[in-house]
Amino acid sequence: MRYRSTIGLEVHVQLDTRSKMFCACSTAYGAPPNTQVCPVCLGYPGAMPSANAEAIRLTVMAGLMLGCEIPAFSKFDRKSYFYPDMPKNYQISQYDRPLCVGGGLDVQVGGASRRIGLTRIHLEEDVAKSMHFSAASGVDFNRAGVPLMEIVTKPDIETPDEAMAFLQALKQVLLYAGVSRCDLEKGNLRCDVNCSLRPEGQAELGTKAELKNLNTFKGVYHALGYEIGRQREVLASGGRVSQETRRWDMDSGVTYPMRSKEEAHDYRYFPEPDLTEIALAREQVEAWRAALPERPQQRRERLVREYGLPEYDAGVLAADKAVGDFFEAAARLAPNAKAVSNWIMTDVLRLLSEREVPVDALPLTPEALAGLVRLVEERTINMPTAKTVFAMLVERGGDPARIVREQNLGQVSDAAALEKLVDDAIAANPKSVADYRAGKVAAAKFLVGQVMRLSKGRADPQRVGDRIEARLQKTDG
Amino acid sequence: MGELNTITVTDAVKALEARTCSSEELVRALIDAIRRRDGALGAFVAVDEAGALDQARAADRARAAGVRAPLLGVPVALKDNLNVTGQTCRCASRILEGYVAPYDATAVARLRAAGVVFLGRTNMDEFAMGSTTENSALRLTRNPLDPSCVPGGSSGGSAAAVGGNLALAALGSDTGGSIRLPAVFCGCVGLKPTYGRISRYGLVAFASSLDQIGPITKTVRDAALLNEVMSGLDPMDSTTVDRPAPSAAALDGEGLKGLRIGLPKEYFGPGLDPEVEQSVRRAVRLCEEAGATAVEISLPHTGYAIAAYYLIATAEASANLARFDGVRYGMRVAGEDPYELHCRTRAAGFGPEVKRRILLGTYVLSSGYYDAYYVSAQKVRTLIGRDFEQAFAHCDLVATPVSPTLPWKLGAKTADPLAMYLSDVFTVTSNLAGNASVALPCGLIGGLPAGIQFMAPPFAEERMLAAAHAYERARGPLGRV
Repeated sequence: MRYRSTIGLEVHVQLDTRSKMFCACSTAYGAPPNTQVCPVCLGYPGAMPSANAEAIRLTVMAGLMLGCEIPAFSKFDRKSYFYPDMPKNYQISQYDRPLCVGGGLDVQVGGASRRIGLTRIHLEEDVAKSMHFSAASGVDFNRAGVPLMEIVTKPDIETPDEAMAFLQALKQVLLYAGVSRCDLEKGNLRCDVNCSLRPEGQAELGTKAELKNLNTFKGVYHALGYEIGRQREVLASGGRVSQETRRWDMDSGVTYPMRSKEEAHDYRYFPEPDLTEIALAREQVEAWRAALPERPQQRRERLVREYGLPEYDAGVLAADKAVGDFFEAAARLAPNAKAVSNWIMTDVLRLLSEREVPVDALPLTPEALAGLVRLVEERTINMPTAKTVFAMLVERGGDPARIVREQNLGQVSDAAALEKLVDDAIAANPKSVADYRAGKVAAAKFLVGQVMRLSKGRADPQRVGDRIEARLQKTDG
Repeated sequence: MGELNTITVTDAVKALEARTCSSEELVRALIDAIRRRDGALGAFVAVDEAGALDQARAADRARAAGVRAPLLGVPVALKDNLNVTGQTCRCASRILEGYVAPYDATAVARLRAAGVVFLGRTNMDEFAMGSTTENSALRLTRNPLDPSCVPGGSSGGSAAAVGGNLALAALGSDTGGSIRLPAVFCGCVGLKPTYGRISRYGLVAFASSLDQIGPITKTVRDAALLNEVMSGLDPMDSTTVDRPAPSAAALDGEGLKGLRIGLPKEYFGPGLDPEVEQSVRRAVRLCEEAGATAVEISLPHTGYAIAAYYLIATAEASANLARFDGVRYGMRVAGEDPYELHCRTRAAGFGPEVKRRILLGTYVLSSGYYDAYYVSAQKVRTLIGRDFEQAFAHCDLVATPVSPTLPWKLGAKTADPLAMYLSDVFTVTSNLAGNASVALPCGLIGGLPAGIQFMAPPFAEERMLAAAHAYERARGPLGRV
């Protein structure tokens, strides 16, 4: 029997605000535990929330970027469950009146485009971080109350590849919108996944399992791969998939059911009486819509228009906001935008995928890449030297002009010096000279190579070629 | 002027301004009275003698240096559910044992800025859940007018302190009558301002959509003075409104002259003690003599108010009290895992009435029951609000009894929670509607006070307090009624 999988995602996105969702505490990452806390985010007796207007704006911006409807009224609700990482033992979230409704995102998978629909986007507060030590457990409340946007997809995703493609496309939109830094290592983006299987041809969806603790895109991919296989085995052997929450264990690569204590069965939602309803004026939403930042598609078009790039280059560069930003910063300083694009599309992107780092983690700066392109354009260095300098720049950074100067990598441009090298090469290779004269034109290339070797790669190959040809022909005459 | 501990806030302000007494003398007189009489009365759960004297001396020095502030050097007592930096804040519960507040409630901060000296913390029903203060885990409070009777609740300690001349004024909180009922029981004035008038930031929440902070005082003017200082928008409480604070100076206006006072027929029916009714009707006649007109009105959904109130209040309380879990502050009973720690701490930390209400509220919000209970109660709440809107089209104020009965004996209703809940029948509607109300005694019956409540549309405190003040003057000192 063949089965089809149906996947829905709940993506939690930390918003890039300076202060927390309901208090003035900093959201900065990495501070010592419990140093960015106050009576509000610690759930002290008598403390009350007041909503962060910037977080509401960012959520609406994300919604507008993703084609959501923005209802005129929205509200916060309390979601109750007891857990030590929850200061009030209820989370302020949104139940039946989220800030954004509907919308969707087009993703490219295997050359085809598919639209993944969204159910809603709502705003809530993050919980604290539990830490377990040998003898005790601790809770760091620095993260408690950080604004968290939850994006819920329709069950439109059919394969782990689509899930991965959706998450990558979503991340780019969010980065373009400037609503989140989307730094997975800092937990800016976290994902819960619903997954079910049904026999091919059956319309009704199968029983789903919810997967938690998926903190990387790869985690989502592998957990889904495992879970689909697990459910297929259960169904194929005549069993039933039970509706449950399962935890992905990255190390063992399996999902296992969570203890029932970890599962809350009844959140007892009710309207948050400490906060007033959110009424967004139409004009406000329209003003935000008018101020929407550029989307990846728009940037593709602009890169073609402004920098004269081929469609293909523009598509690759715009797919990753940071790469696009890097390109534009370099292209603005360089004499040749296409040359900058070439460097990025080949050498830089290869390096990023090898090292699995974002472009801003490289020691190479846009200024340095622009400088490198200029040195080549001005014929100060040749292409092989440029590759050598590039390798230094991505290891240690620095100014390419200075590297070339200090390591004496500039091309031999002095005519007399070049002539001497050509003399030496001709004198040392009489056989090649004879071959050339016998009609073997390729022999000239060998001589050019000899000059390049004598110059330690610093001669301009084109000029050397010209000189060799001229000399051979002269003697010939 | 009598003994310093018996004077009003208004007289204290005058005396301090005229330098006929110092703040230190006032505070010493009160501390002295507390030492002598609070052992028997049980109004306070903590008296900050050293701190209050320090603040009083600082206020006296400030005055000498030319500083002016509306309540400079006036001592006020606070209910045990208001956060004051550096003070315990127990809500009369075991579960907050050891908790020391790291911040000032906004109302406290505003009083502080107005020059108030904080005398101490007063007893209450645990987490403000009760009508007699008998649900305190800390001590028993008696009625200063009759030590065998309850002082009312939940702000019973505040009312007993003011009524017993152990404080000039005190703050309470009112979720369903918790300021007004004990104020009247102890012979004081109790003001519940409009919802949103005074910031709730720093008031330990019982039911967030119903709670309001307000003063318990000896006179309407004193209540107006404290209210004026505490009112106003607060960015820390989103439910506060940006309106000018009601001015105490409005008390010197027309008072009752020309006002139409609505008497809701539903508040004068069965269940109301005939002697209390008589006393309230006599008070209304006094108002008429002072220039008001009494009209009969109807608030048709009154009969559903208690049920709606106990559904909404317990639902909100079940979430509000979830934070008391032994993890971050207060009492902790260790367990094998967080779940066991939560369970053991809460089992040991909360008293029976608090547990009853948490269970009720949890049930009310449970899936499958939410629509039947919580949603229905909210509908009733809307209807009650509409009742008042329609009534206020026909009258300027509404006048009602405060409690259907006189103060009862200690222990008389502790075994019957439902009978206890019914004592709130005339007060919960003002919380459900979010309007303003003020309660004051209208007569002594066998030495115990009956009370009249004036209710006004939201934000009409000035009109309401001016009327209550005019009535208070017409009534004269309580003893002579």
